[in-house]
Amino acid sequence: MSLYRDEGVVLRTQKLGEADRIITLLTRQHGRIRAVARGVRRTKSKFGARVEPFGHVDVQFFVKGSDFPGRGLPAITQVETLAAFGAPLVSDYAAYTAGTAMLETAERLTDHEGEPALQQYLLLIGALRTLAARAHEPALVLDAFLLRSLAVAGYAPSFGDCARCGLDGPHRFFSVPGGGAVCGDCRPAGSVVPSPETLDLLGALLTGDWAGADASETRYRREGSGLVAAYLQWHLERGIRSLRLVERSS
Amino acid sequence: MYEGAVQDLIDELGRLPGVGPKSAQRIAFHLLAADPADVRRLVNALVEVKDKVRFCTVCGNVAEADQCRICLDPRRDPSVICVVEESKDVVAVEKTREFRGRYHVLGGAISPIEGVGPDDLRIRELMTRLADGEVTELILATDPNLEGEATATYLARLCKPMGLKVTRLASGLPVGGDLEYADEVTLGRAFEGRRLLDV
Repeated sequence: MSLYRDEGVVLRTQKLGEADRIITLLTRQHGRIRAVARGVRRTKSKFGARVEPFGHVDVQFFVKGSDFPGRGLPAITQVETLAAFGAPLVSDYAAYTAGTAMLETAERLTDHEGEPALQQYLLLIGALRTLAARAHEPALVLDAFLLRSLAVAGYAPSFGDCARCGLDGPHRFFSVPGGGAVCGDCRPAGSVVPSPETLDLLGALLTGDWAGADASETRYRREGSGLVAAYLQWHLERGIRSLRLVERSS
Repeated sequence: MYEGAVQDLIDELGRLPGVGPKSAQRIAFHLLAADPADVRRLVNALVEVKDKVRFCTVCGNVAEADQCRICLDPRRDPSVICVVEESKDVVAVEKTREFRGRYHVLGGAISPIEGVGPDDLRIRELMTRLADGEVTELILATDPNLEGEATATYLARLCKPMGLKVTRLASGLPVGGDLEYADEVTLGRAFEGRRLLDV
């Protein structure tokens, strides 16, 4: 029997039995963890509000017997809030849908439970903080997060040099299976020709050039979001369900 | 394993939510020992609930006719609509005896991670009800969790151009509780929604 403590972000909650919930968290030291929170659906629960999605929390887990992964879920015994991102996000529908897509992507990119994913964790905290502060348009923050998550997972796309031969860019063609911008010689069948401004925007989002990204026009943002979504879905093989419901400015 | 009918009954009972194999066995043997008239009543209740119960064409609540009891009651105030997620919530609000208006059951809450969007709920039906101008106040009584709040935000934004009074249920400290045990989110909301004590 052991107790351990970690901090993490609540990614998803699922109902369990009469009044319990299974909480999926992305933690700093243990990566993605699923744990049972007993009685949190009752109104008299002392920590129900702390284990809602988007909550950044300090949690104590209790594992019965050996802590082999998969041998029963740990129970959550104590929770303290470090930052409640839920409240500012939920009052803005566009930010809420963008945030949900981030949580789902973070869950999907950390496929092994209990395997540390510190970079992904720090990226998620940063993205949620930016989203809650409403410093930039929610859809831009989402696309920046998706691109950087892919980069952390090892799927960084190229928006300048050719993704195949490394020839200095910029290039006209963009290929999702090819890994990003491709030169005229390397371009595989099915490559698209996005606007040069869109590729500049995506490059700015990947590197964190917010001044350049905020100055972009809506039509390039839309085209960029389409490319990011296609790129993400190609590498994850299965679609991100909440991406379809993200509200983007018209 | 038991023979034939007994095992079939245990298997069927075991498919109910929250009923494990041991509970199923206990219930099955209770039914076997029970008075035949009692069992007959249970059977009738099961058959009737599937045959008779429909969803109200106006509010989406469970009903035995085209419209539910509340929508047909002329004493209910038609100018106030209380929006809830499930039929269970209608019963919860009715128990307070505070509300004399009508209801609208959405059938869930917006939850993108589960793939549930605004189009999967009865939001279009709600907009149709609001269009005739009879309704003056909309009370958003979705659950006080993340999905419920997001649904309330979405509906409030959708109704803004209609010039309705849109209100949200208050959230805060439970009656009979201790302040020190309240979590910071709830306590924060209680501060936000504090009211003037007029004595």
